[in-house]
Amino acid sequence: MRQLLLFVSIILVGVLFLSRLFYLQVYTSNEHDLFNNDNAIRKVYDYPKRGFIYDRNGKLLVANQPSYDVMVTPREVKPLDTLEFCALLKIDKEKFIKTYNKARRYSPRLPSVFVSHLSKKDYAALQEKMRKFEGFYIQKRSLRHYQTTIGANVLGDIGEVNTNDIRRDSYYIMGDLKGKQGVEASYEETLRGVKGIKFIQKDRFNRNIGPYKGGKFDTIPEQGKDITITIDAKLQEYGELLMQNKRGGVIAIEPSSGEILAMVAAPTYDPNILVGRERSKNFTKLIRDSIANPLFNRSIQGVYEPGSPFKLMNALIGLQEGVITPNETVTCYAGYKYGNRFMKCHCYIGRRNNLISGIQESCNAYFATTYRKILDKEGNASTGIDTWSKHAKSFGLGNFLNNDLHVGQKGRIPDRAYYKRIYPKTFYSTYTISNAIGQGEVATTPIQLANMIAAIANRGYYYTPHIIKSIEDKTLPEKFTKAKYTTVDKTHFEPVIEGMLQVYKKGTAASLQVKDIDICGKTGTVENFAIIDSLKTQLTDHSIFVAFAPKNDPKIAIAVFVENGYWGSRFAGKIASLMIEKHIKGEITRKDLEDWILRHSLEEEYAKPYSGEPFRINAHTRLQLVDDSEYKRLKRQLNATLQNP
Amino acid sequence: MVRDTNRHFKFDWITIILFLLLVGFGWLNILSASHTGTDIDYFTFSQPYGKQSIFILLTFCIIIVVLGIEAKFYERFSSIIYIVSILSLIGLFIFGKNVNGATSWYAIGSMTLQPSEFAKAATALAVAKQISDLNTNINNIKDQIQTFVIIIIPALLVLLQNDTGSTIVYGAFFFVLYREGLPKYYLTIGVSVIILSVLALKFGILITSIIASILILGYYFLNRSKKKVTLLQSLFVLLLSIGVSFGVKFFYQNVIPPHQQDRISLWLRLEKDPVKLQQMKKTFAYNLNESEKAIRSGGLNGKGFMEGTRTTGKFVPEQHTDYIFSTVGEEWGFLGCSFVVILFVLLLLRILHLAELQKSQFSRIYGYGVASIIFIHFLINIGMVMGLIPTIGIPLPLFSYGGSGLWAFTILIFIFIKLDSNRINEW
Repeated sequence: MRQLLLFVSIILVGVLFLSRLFYLQVYTSNEHDLFNNDNAIRKVYDYPKRGFIYDRNGKLLVANQPSYDVMVTPREVKPLDTLEFCALLKIDKEKFIKTYNKARRYSPRLPSVFVSHLSKKDYAALQEKMRKFEGFYIQKRSLRHYQTTIGANVLGDIGEVNTNDIRRDSYYIMGDLKGKQGVEASYEETLRGVKGIKFIQKDRFNRNIGPYKGGKFDTIPEQGKDITITIDAKLQEYGELLMQNKRGGVIAIEPSSGEILAMVAAPTYDPNILVGRERSKNFTKLIRDSIANPLFNRSIQGVYEPGSPFKLMNALIGLQEGVITPNETVTCYAGYKYGNRFMKCHCYIGRRNNLISGIQESCNAYFATTYRKILDKEGNASTGIDTWSKHAKSFGLGNFLNNDLHVGQKGRIPDRAYYKRIYPKTFYSTYTISNAIGQGEVATTPIQLANMIAAIANRGYYYTPHIIKSIEDKTLPEKFTKAKYTTVDKTHFEPVIEGMLQVYKKGTAASLQVKDIDICGKTGTVENFAIIDSLKTQLTDHSIFVAFAPKNDPKIAIAVFVENGYWGSRFAGKIASLMIEKHIKGEITRKDLEDWILRHSLEEEYAKPYSGEPFRINAHTRLQLVDDSEYKRLKRQLNATLQNP
Repeated sequence: MVRDTNRHFKFDWITIILFLLLVGFGWLNILSASHTGTDIDYFTFSQPYGKQSIFILLTFCIIIVVLGIEAKFYERFSSIIYIVSILSLIGLFIFGKNVNGATSWYAIGSMTLQPSEFAKAATALAVAKQISDLNTNINNIKDQIQTFVIIIIPALLVLLQNDTGSTIVYGAFFFVLYREGLPKYYLTIGVSVIILSVLALKFGILITSIIASILILGYYFLNRSKKKVTLLQSLFVLLLSIGVSFGVKFFYQNVIPPHQQDRISLWLRLEKDPVKLQQMKKTFAYNLNESEKAIRSGGLNGKGFMEGTRTTGKFVPEQHTDYIFSTVGEEWGFLGCSFVVILFVLLLLRILHLAELQKSQFSRIYGYGVASIIFIHFLINIGMVMGLIPTIGIPLPLFSYGGSGLWAFTILIFIFIKLDSNRINEW
């Protein structure tokens, strides 16, 4: 039986080994971790070209520029001619030693950036000699190259992804670039393309030793697509020029298509400052400016009470609901009395206004009466306000436009449910009378208002305002090409449009007429408040203007908001007229308006709330002129825009 | 002439085929583990796999020589072979070349030779000769001591050269001696000491003592009526056991070098602190950790020949030598590993079977020695690579890279094949 000891031992060990192997390789195997957790394989990404951005006339706005970083892998560095190398890189020897030691501390085996963002010229000189410097190599990266200084809020910028971006979309890895604002963000997937992946086999020192399985799993990058946006660079540039030294937003839409022609937010910045080495510093500066807030896109994010332009809406609802007729008149007593309260108006006492003159003179009494008639039509303001709300919302107000802009705001069109909180039981039309003149609870963004004007210009329908004109080979989605009808019949628009025309002919914007163009517009002067030292303080009114032109074949619908610009035609109206003339004629005949706008600034007005001093508003303010050097600068800029083809 | 051709057919072809399969499959894995770049130069001195091909070619010359020599030669000259082998080991103290802390190599130009590999075969011959001697009785203490001395001299010499792994291999002769009639208490004591050591290190002396008391006193009380053992005897054994436990603990803490302490601590999972465990993975446990990872990543079918990412990336140090089995694990998976394990088991059982068939006592004992030596290598190497046994650096026979090892095992096995082929002529 002594023979059995070794025999049994051999069998036992064999069985033991097979069980252990089964445990390791079948039961707890990690073979499927190949692409995710195998530190023997490195994924190297091949980044495609990011798509270019063109304006509606085919002008290139955003392209790419190569950027060259000199990388170093300290372990592989062989003795070199440091003098020559430093001269090529334009650094001194101390800097060389410092950077080299830093890279070595980080990792002797992994590459670190030695000098970043070499100029093209330095790169060319260096590349010739690169073979002499073992352990160093040049890494090419792609940065955005803006061909313009305008449209920062439209175009946006790209920046490195953060951990949230990666969690939301596993496509990204640390260090990837992603659109952060503007069309760069909203058309990120189109512009970026799809990066290719190469699987590289590495050794235990993390060095590359060739493609994994001969590149069987590698993918080729898919190039980013070029896009054309609806922005007219010339109009945009002009709008930005006019809005200098002011704050607010200008948005112009082509009514027949919903294409956004211009989207100005002021103040703005030069998009080039967010490229390259200075990006981080400049971005911090922009985002920390909580007063001027240049990253805040006022034309689509700014929520303002719309003021008088909203009277147009009330007129349309009144006509649709049949509570007013165009010729019916209302007598104004320089205001409107309701209960024991009084709403002032600019009309002289006893003026009788019909719909057209009501719009023309922006008569508060007329629209207060109209608003009450709408709400009280069925004898119950609760159902009345819901009807009113429904009509207003059909113009795209009070909700997201659901378009292709990266940011947006809902604004607010109140209904009974909204007021339930404030007035749980009784509810009368007079409670909300401010809505009649576009104050109170209604709130809109400039783009919503411009879209409302586009719907009026189209006599009853609109196209969702959008910024994409075309993407290489793709057709636009239906939501941008299909008209959306309002709940107001076509016939009711004519009298309102006639009123808007009269605003220009003899009403509140009579001084802004442009020869040969029938502009239909409406001024707005909106009271607004700020909390200063926990006190609600009234500031100078916002200057607002909406318009479309020409009357019979609308080419442009525009909304202009100038914060604290006082009355509607003072700043906003002038800018709107100039923009319309620029778009339709291509040149400016109202040089006087242009000059006035360039000469005047509102910076003093904006400084007031932060001065800590008591200040006066509206009629008690004086107009601020820009100084000569600033005026000359603006003029030079203006001339430059004229010279560029 | 007719007799000569006949004789060739008497070689045990099953053993030869198993041998060739292991050497061939081993070479494929050495190629995979040591290959760099894209070109394969099959016979080059600059790459381990190229060297190994040359070693394998030389192996065939050795086989021809070993099989060509008259079988009687091995028995007659076993003492001389043994003495030459011992002298070559002693010579290392003067002429030896130090590699990885062990002075086990003679350097002849770019070639190195490791005499300790050949000493195993020489010792197997000497042991077979000693026990098969008509004057030797293994139950006789004096003869036992003589035999032990034959085994201990080379074992001690390699230990002094810092080659602990090879020393342990000499324990293989226990199987041989036991087969030939070594008293049973050697087995009992051996197994008891191993169990006591593991228990003492893993659970501490107190628990070990309690377990030993229960077992020994329980055995006594159950067999009291049969008068097999006295209470005094039982108490003596118990005291001895507790003494062994203390001894082992003392030995572990004060005698053996720290790196071996670490290996044992790792094997018995004595360290519980996760921070220190993480630290271990980066230091002395790195090899084992990487080799286990490579084996696990192979899964059922493996990643394919030359396609193991961890092998190609050289993640497992010493992969073409002691850790060659992790390459099999990664590239050939569970199926390939099972194939290797089964090949070894078949080879061992075949040699064992042939040994039992021998009519000459010398051949049988030698065959047993061959099987035991290969078995210990197989057990320790594969056990270590899979983390079943503390890290002990010895190669996998016929598989691992290295000329000395390959030739030594070739000689070891083919002497037996020669002896076996001769068994019919012996009558």
